[in-house]
Amino acid sequence: MSAVAPRSRPRRWWASPSFLVGLLLGGLVVAMALTSYVWTPYEPTQMAILKRLRPPSAEHWFGTDQFGRDVFSMIMVGARNSLAVGLGAVGIGLTIGSALGLIAAIRRDGWLDNLIMRMADFSHAFPAVLSAIMISAVWGPGMMNAVIAIAIFSLPYFARLARGAALQCWALDYVLAARAAGLTEMAITRQHVLPNIAGVLVVQATIQFALAILAEAGLSYLGLGTQPPAPSWGRMLNEAQTFMAAQPWLAIFPGAAIALSVLAFNLLGDGLRDAVDPRMRRSRD
Amino acid sequence: MMGYLLRRLVAFALTLLGAAIVIFLVLEILPGDPAAVTLGLNAAPEALAALRAEMGLDQPALLRFFSWIGGLVTGDLGLSYTYRVPVAQLIGERMVVTLPLASMAILLASAIGIPLGALAAANHNRAGDAAVMVFAQAGLAIPNFWFGLLLVLVFAVGAGWLPAGGFPGWQAGFWPALRSLLLPAVALALPQAAILARVTRSAMLETMQEDYVRTARAKGVSRRRTMLRHVLRNALIPVVTVLGLQFSVLLAGAIIIENVFALPGLGRLVFQSIAQHDLIVVKDLVMLFSALVVFINFAIELLYGLIDPRLRQAS
Amino acid sequence: MTTRRDLLAGAGLAALATQLPLVALAQAKDSVTIGMTLEPPTLDPTSGAAQAIREVVLQNIFEGLVAMDRSGKLVPALAQSWALASDNLTYTFKLRPNARFHDGTPFASRDVKFSFERAVAPDSTNAQRWIFTPIESIEAPDPVTVIIKLKQPKANFVYGLSWGDAIIVSPATAANNKTNPVGTGPFKFARWNRGDRLELARNDEYWGAKPSLAKATFRFISDPQAQVAALRAGDIDVFTNLSAPEAIPQLKADPKLKVTLGKTEGETILAINNAKAPFSDVRVRQAISHVLDRKTIALGIYGFDLDYIGSHFSPLHPAYVDLTRTYPVDLAKAKALLAAAGFPKGFECTLRLPPPAYARRGGEIVAALLAQIGITAKIEPLEFPQWLERVFKARDFDLTIISHTEPLDIANYARDDYYFQYRNPEFKALIEKIDRTVDETERNKLYGDAQRMLARDAVNGFLFILPKITVARADLEGMWTDWPLPLTPLAEVRWR
Repeated sequence: MSAVAPRSRPRRWWASPSFLVGLLLGGLVVAMALTSYVWTPYEPTQMAILKRLRPPSAEHWFGTDQFGRDVFSMIMVGARNSLAVGLGAVGIGLTIGSALGLIAAIRRDGWLDNLIMRMADFSHAFPAVLSAIMISAVWGPGMMNAVIAIAIFSLPYFARLARGAALQCWALDYVLAARAAGLTEMAITRQHVLPNIAGVLVVQATIQFALAILAEAGLSYLGLGTQPPAPSWGRMLNEAQTFMAAQPWLAIFPGAAIALSVLAFNLLGDGLRDAVDPRMRRSRD
Repeated sequence: MMGYLLRRLVAFALTLLGAAIVIFLVLEILPGDPAAVTLGLNAAPEALAALRAEMGLDQPALLRFFSWIGGLVTGDLGLSYTYRVPVAQLIGERMVVTLPLASMAILLASAIGIPLGALAAANHNRAGDAAVMVFAQAGLAIPNFWFGLLLVLVFAVGAGWLPAGGFPGWQAGFWPALRSLLLPAVALALPQAAILARVTRSAMLETMQEDYVRTARAKGVSRRRTMLRHVLRNALIPVVTVLGLQFSVLLAGAIIIENVFALPGLGRLVFQSIAQHDLIVVKDLVMLFSALVVFINFAIELLYGLIDPRLRQAS
Repeated sequence: MTTRRDLLAGAGLAALATQLPLVALAQAKDSVTIGMTLEPPTLDPTSGAAQAIREVVLQNIFEGLVAMDRSGKLVPALAQSWALASDNLTYTFKLRPNARFHDGTPFASRDVKFSFERAVAPDSTNAQRWIFTPIESIEAPDPVTVIIKLKQPKANFVYGLSWGDAIIVSPATAANNKTNPVGTGPFKFARWNRGDRLELARNDEYWGAKPSLAKATFRFISDPQAQVAALRAGDIDVFTNLSAPEAIPQLKADPKLKVTLGKTEGETILAINNAKAPFSDVRVRQAISHVLDRKTIALGIYGFDLDYIGSHFSPLHPAYVDLTRTYPVDLAKAKALLAAAGFPKGFECTLRLPPPAYARRGGEIVAALLAQIGITAKIEPLEFPQWLERVFKARDFDLTIISHTEPLDIANYARDDYYFQYRNPEFKALIEKIDRTVDETERNKLYGDAQRMLARDAVNGFLFILPKITVARADLEGMWTDWPLPLTPLAEVRWR
């Protein structure tokens, strides 16, 4: 992961070309997902066995798969799935992770802090794929279990980041003053710490979102993610593998969709980071 | 110093114990009977009971947990339910695929990523820099298993230069074996190379601001020499750290990539063992993976403690 | 048949000179590399049910008293001959006097007694005890005679002895067969690189005809893409059952290779939980049968037509009756049947799928077909152990797709506790009658009745017979292309 940001910062960060490209691509993915609720060229789960494995044409822009389903429609609906898993995993990781990090910062160097940070280390030791394999072995593969596995992996990032950034806040003069004035730790956390570190967390969330899309694709590829008939990009790639020699389009389009989405949120994250704070380059990793 | 070392060591051991407990508990609630998997659809209840006894599954959970932990400590990983050979042997046989694959990937990633990063830093804010950053963004965004599929499409299906998957074994000769690891290693290396390029670049940019670098330049040391002797060398410390921290990502990647290329390595072994309910292998392997990751994190932390005494006090 | 050598003998000197290395190569070719999808977990068929074990070792390393040949006929193996006494209970087997185990021990009647008694011992982990449970006593009056007495007449007793679970092992080596198998067969175990390959070497002391191959290597390649690549590159000479049906057109176009589509005993069915509402209503099951368009399913999974079935029976067996037209595809009729059963708008249910591609891909198509009459089948993929536990053992399912690969397993429908829970006394009586009927013609007629009864009650959705896709070098002869039992006997395999 990008440990450190580019040193130079454009004067108007939102005008930087990479941020704009990210915004454009990300918008495209979101638009595709939203449009798919009201319109797709074909019903994405509709099979037409006699039209199986058609190459891309005016009729089927991205061709058809082994059941004769329209690949373009499936990719449109697949965007929903990727975004949903990303939102779910990052949402869980962000809320629980930052909450734990903030608590650890309040109790710095106490046993609670130690426990939380040990747990963060520990869950970090489990690659998302491994936890997903274990989770889906027990509860069966599915979208929710993929979300949980990815959340477990992203949680420690948020916990560490929140703790580190919060500790810096706690050392600020006006926070010390507030403390001296008798404000409770919870109140200070709410009024001063949280607003201060929110930007940093949002940046991290954007980058974790990109990672989550990537991880979801990997899990679906292994058959551990969203289950049929709901289309998912990773599973489309898995199914494409045996047809790849004669029907390469089946492998090319879903992969490109994943890569472009991840790229979009990575670029957005980088742009936001430049905007929020050049200092945070140091606090990551 | 000794106190610090001891504290870290205890934390390390506790983390491992925690991992062992979690792994054991998760597999304990896993539905399915390993004996039923081995004996199939028509097995008689007596045969199932006999096999369960043979596998030691008729004993209480707590006893099994302690005999497992005891075994791990003494280096006895137990007998695979499916293959009926020592798990250590099974892991050894698969290690000779995964280890070279991971090493090749790290080497490739370093050989591509570090020079590219250095190149970008040396050409800061010029075309070369921009090109490297575009490469890095692409490398981070492209899923490595998709990249693997594309490599197969081009070099195996299309050109026919390299095998599309499978592994002939090292006894088939060095070159044939290496050939079948080449595409997977490249696929695995791509995101790592991208990360290394970015880290190297920014670490070098930061080092370039340091006083001693400016001094060296002021003293008339050539730019190229400064870059290589001072900047790159000092920037390598964070680069190596990131390499270590990326280990678990590399491991996760290897699990997927081994499945893309049908390589008989540790990653595939995890999958097969889950599918065949060879839980003892799953337990040992997951434990091995997390122990490796925890150990590498521990080693990095320790290294930093040695380099920077302030950290010792802080933690 | 003209061999390459004959041709070369007639060719000019110049041609001969350039071709010389090839001649040497052609003469030296007495080894074969066989590709398989799954690797055997161990090498002892008496302690595990995995098909891959049998495929590698049966009739190669190990032999039983009798063997099944490529057409599904029982032929003598370690027993030269056998006879059933008029009491229909006492079998007398005459054994080969000159057979030896690979460790040099001579084979004798006491080994048969040991092997069969071992199979039913309390600590036995034999997966098919039913083969041996009818045995009352085993006697070995002399080294070449075995007399087996049954408790009651059992029509398929000798048939069961051809299975891998009934191989003859030596008391001295039986315990180590999982990793170092010692049998009496035409090939000896040489070595095994787990995860990759297993090698067999010719047994030069074999009692029967000496195999033409000196060495055989099984390679385990589970990835369909890699299977095709290995075949095309010549890394393997034959693949016993290719898992990449989509590559068939491409492989057929290769003149070096020969593709054969064969039959198996694998009845692939949409299994229905007959004990659970609404599936306990025969009209619901018949409605399902009326929407199962087998051609669509076959094309979606394989891309070509298969051998379809209308009941639980393989066309490889002489008693097979074609019942595929019992429930023609008819949506209107299916809807009417559903409405009559009280579900005019259909209902929701689950479709639990084990890992094989036929089940996972087939499941998607079946779900889409069922949706046409309002049945919403939610797909739940399961790993095989979980499938065994939940679907097969706990019978916790609505619908599932599975291939029953064991030969002649129609009798399972008479088991009340069997996972689809047919529970028909009439059928049970019929199977009991078949079990006692030793006359083959009469028995086959009864098998016909059994097939019709299952079709009538639409117990399950009967789909197709799992194909065996053999892809071999065009000059390799003698491979099995049908699978009356899933085996790869190598004794008759040779290069042309």
